[in-house]
Amino acid sequence: MSGERSSPAAGAAGTSATRPSSLSPRPSPGAPRPYQFPRFERRRLPNGLGLVVASVSKLPVVTVLAVVEAGASTDPEGHEGLAQLTARTLVEGTAELEGAALTDRLERLGTALDASADWDAAVARMTVLSSRLAEAFALMGSVLMSPSLPEREVQRLKAERLADLLQLRAEPRGLADEMFDRFAYAPTARYARPEGGSDRSVQAITRDDVARFYAARYRPAGTTLVVAGDVTPDAVERLALDTFGQWAGAQAEPAPPSDAPAPVGRRVHVVGKEDAAQSELRIGHVGLPRAHPAFFPAVVMNALLGGLFSSRINLNLREAHGYTYGARSEFDWRRGAGPFVVSTAVQSDVTDAAARETLKEIDRMRDEPVSAEELSLATSYLDGVFPIRYETTAAIATALANLVIYGLPEDYFDSYRAKVRAVTAADVQDVARRHLRPDALQLVVVGDPAVVRDPLEALAFGPVTVYDAEGRPVG
Amino acid sequence: MRIPVDTLRLANGLFVTLSEDHTAPIVAVNLWYHVGSANERAGRTGFAHLFEHMLFQGSENVGSNEHFELVQRAGGTLNGSTWLDRTNYFETVPSNQLALALWLEADRMGRLLPAMTQQKLDTQRDVVKNERRWSVDNQPYGSWWERLPALAFPEDHPFHHSLIGSMEDLSAASLDDVATFFATYYTPDNAVLSIAGDFDPAEARRLVEQMFGSIPRGRGKPPLPSMDVPPHFGGPKREVVEDDVMLPRLFLAFRSPLFGSDDYYAASVAGAVLGMRKGSRLHRTLVRDRQVANDAGAFTFDLTKGSDLLVVDVTARPEVSAEALEREVAREIDRMHRDGVTDEEVERAIALIETDFVAAMQSASERADQLSRFATYFGDPSLVNEQADRYRAVTAERVTAFARERLGPDNRASLVYVPKGDGRGERDEGRVTAVQGMGAAS
Repeated sequence: MSGERSSPAAGAAGTSATRPSSLSPRPSPGAPRPYQFPRFERRRLPNGLGLVVASVSKLPVVTVLAVVEAGASTDPEGHEGLAQLTARTLVEGTAELEGAALTDRLERLGTALDASADWDAAVARMTVLSSRLAEAFALMGSVLMSPSLPEREVQRLKAERLADLLQLRAEPRGLADEMFDRFAYAPTARYARPEGGSDRSVQAITRDDVARFYAARYRPAGTTLVVAGDVTPDAVERLALDTFGQWAGAQAEPAPPSDAPAPVGRRVHVVGKEDAAQSELRIGHVGLPRAHPAFFPAVVMNALLGGLFSSRINLNLREAHGYTYGARSEFDWRRGAGPFVVSTAVQSDVTDAAARETLKEIDRMRDEPVSAEELSLATSYLDGVFPIRYETTAAIATALANLVIYGLPEDYFDSYRAKVRAVTAADVQDVARRHLRPDALQLVVVGDPAVVRDPLEALAFGPVTVYDAEGRPVG
Repeated sequence: MRIPVDTLRLANGLFVTLSEDHTAPIVAVNLWYHVGSANERAGRTGFAHLFEHMLFQGSENVGSNEHFELVQRAGGTLNGSTWLDRTNYFETVPSNQLALALWLEADRMGRLLPAMTQQKLDTQRDVVKNERRWSVDNQPYGSWWERLPALAFPEDHPFHHSLIGSMEDLSAASLDDVATFFATYYTPDNAVLSIAGDFDPAEARRLVEQMFGSIPRGRGKPPLPSMDVPPHFGGPKREVVEDDVMLPRLFLAFRSPLFGSDDYYAASVAGAVLGMRKGSRLHRTLVRDRQVANDAGAFTFDLTKGSDLLVVDVTARPEVSAEALEREVAREIDRMHRDGVTDEEVERAIALIETDFVAAMQSASERADQLSRFATYFGDPSLVNEQADRYRAVTAERVTAFARERLGPDNRASLVYVPKGDGRGERDEGRVTAVQGMGAAS
């Protein structure tokens, strides 16, 4: 059941009645037990199809991801959303099975094949009991190699995407994210526009566009099967040869990322939502690409700034001021430079104060080195939590897919913890100075202009513009 | 798939469950307190959840911001959550940090009050009010969380009122309330502690005894008013809400058998036949074939007292009115009520449920939470190992019998969201027009 409220929290010290019971001293940790990220093997079929297999036999379950060089960055100009629509249409029928029958076959095997495209790849994924892997694998094969891409389902999925976009107009969190991208990147940048496409670009897509995109980009040499779970590399290779051995076609070129930043200085963008109960706030700018050499210092710096519960921004906005239920910062890592953004939702009457405190924390990260004590909070967290991140076959497969998508070194997971521990306070300040850029920050608020506009003007952060929910300037 | 289950009960009543798994050097610690929003007194809606926030504010030996910091510094993850009938607290840590996790839980179970201050309460009150704004007031359809239980349970029923709480009641909460709630409900005999993952059983038992053993037993908790309700609503119920949304959405609830009962599993499978994944009836007919819905699903609340609720949740396509959506959903419910389900549909549902269950049990945190759940509700954590069999025992006949018994017109409560300005019926002061007993649909 969903529907639980999560919390966390902290303040000063005080007194009150207590229960008599004995004090026990704070325990210190025992010796850590060794951990290795699951071993994996890479293989390649003669047609170029890549395999990455990690045998994990804890429970009788297997996750399979098909990672295809067909992400949203490869969308043709004016047809943004084509990669997403193509991925979703794949599972709507094959040469042998009509869509409903295909769904039924997979689900009676206890699995569902979900396909979608993010910026850097299209991914079809399923988790299945190992006893049913072979059958499910064959169905996944026909989805990738001979999808029927029916006209009717293309039109339906387009209509569902348009309905989702309509819903977004009244959904402050999603709207704030979308508007932030629009204002942080140059209007011509692909990253300025939604991964799944906009109203106009989705309307323009035809079934022929989908078929052409599929034919151009779904090729064995641009595809890697990532498998984690209760299965051996040899068994996976046999399955893959049986299923995909005859698949042919040369590799499609990856598209260069389109990540040009907005060519302006600091601006405040108020997206109006009358009578909003809260302000959704986004503060940030274009960040760094995944392959950037400062990746590890940036991860550690971000953990301290706003990545952890005990980070500066969350402790300030939530625990010291009670402005919000939570505040966080993140780098969205992509092949191109994804956004760096601070996200929070605050009481409307403290929108300016929350922005001011956030800016203060960004400046402080640049101006002063972090103490050794504070640094170790992030490094020991990232080091210690590493094994906890990879408990499930789905998590392991997703991690290995990133290895493929971002071309990370083979020892990436084995050296991760040492690289985190090696980050110094000087590294953190250096990465903050170079890559947190107060002059380039964009401040986006989805909220009630009647309440937030004047205080935001008074903040003197930058020129203030008010927009409607479609992003059209209204004042 | 079976997971090992061992148990232990301390002299103060704390029930402990242990499940070893040495595949990775991590361990999950999970505490369920058998108290939720149902236990709140009149005028204090939202208090169980506000209190949950206070448990992260330190205790006698733990400073204000330390609870989170100590666990994160140890390389652990943590959180808590509040539900109608229970509150849980959990952390997953590297296995060499088990003692720290247990010590933190013991310090706040035994010695919370010395750390409580008015300032902390005031801050967390603001945080929770902002949580309410974020998840309910400023979120399209967000009020369904409180409107649906209010519609489905009578006014004096413990499940009727809001879990997140009203702004007025949150404002009224005092430090005295904190002390009373703590003394009444946060006692070892009202809790289950579960440990799952990489630990040495003798060592874990020793640590639990040492850290929790001296915390005194509680003095018992006040009995809840009767939770019993009839198995049917006794007629259609309907509420229409005009909200700041773009598309109509219907939540259709049925009173259904209590979590853990034999009939629960038939109800759960019926829910999966209706709304689990793309091959389900509602998705197949309303989203794919007739294209009147943009999304369709179904779920249960999993309540163990009074009545459970099975809920169908369907969002319309832009050109489809709320009335048309209700008619379309009613047609599918009527069909299942009248004609039942097929063997193939049941087979599909059980296969999906089983895979999800096995995949979830890979995680130590999930294991510990399930152990606490079955121990809290039924005193028997090993029930976790019977879940797959109980689902497999469900036949099409039983699901059909459930549909005949519970999906009829006398057992439907409809919560209908419509875009502002599209409201049928009158609009009064607020945004809500409640029209009960009008006939759900058809």
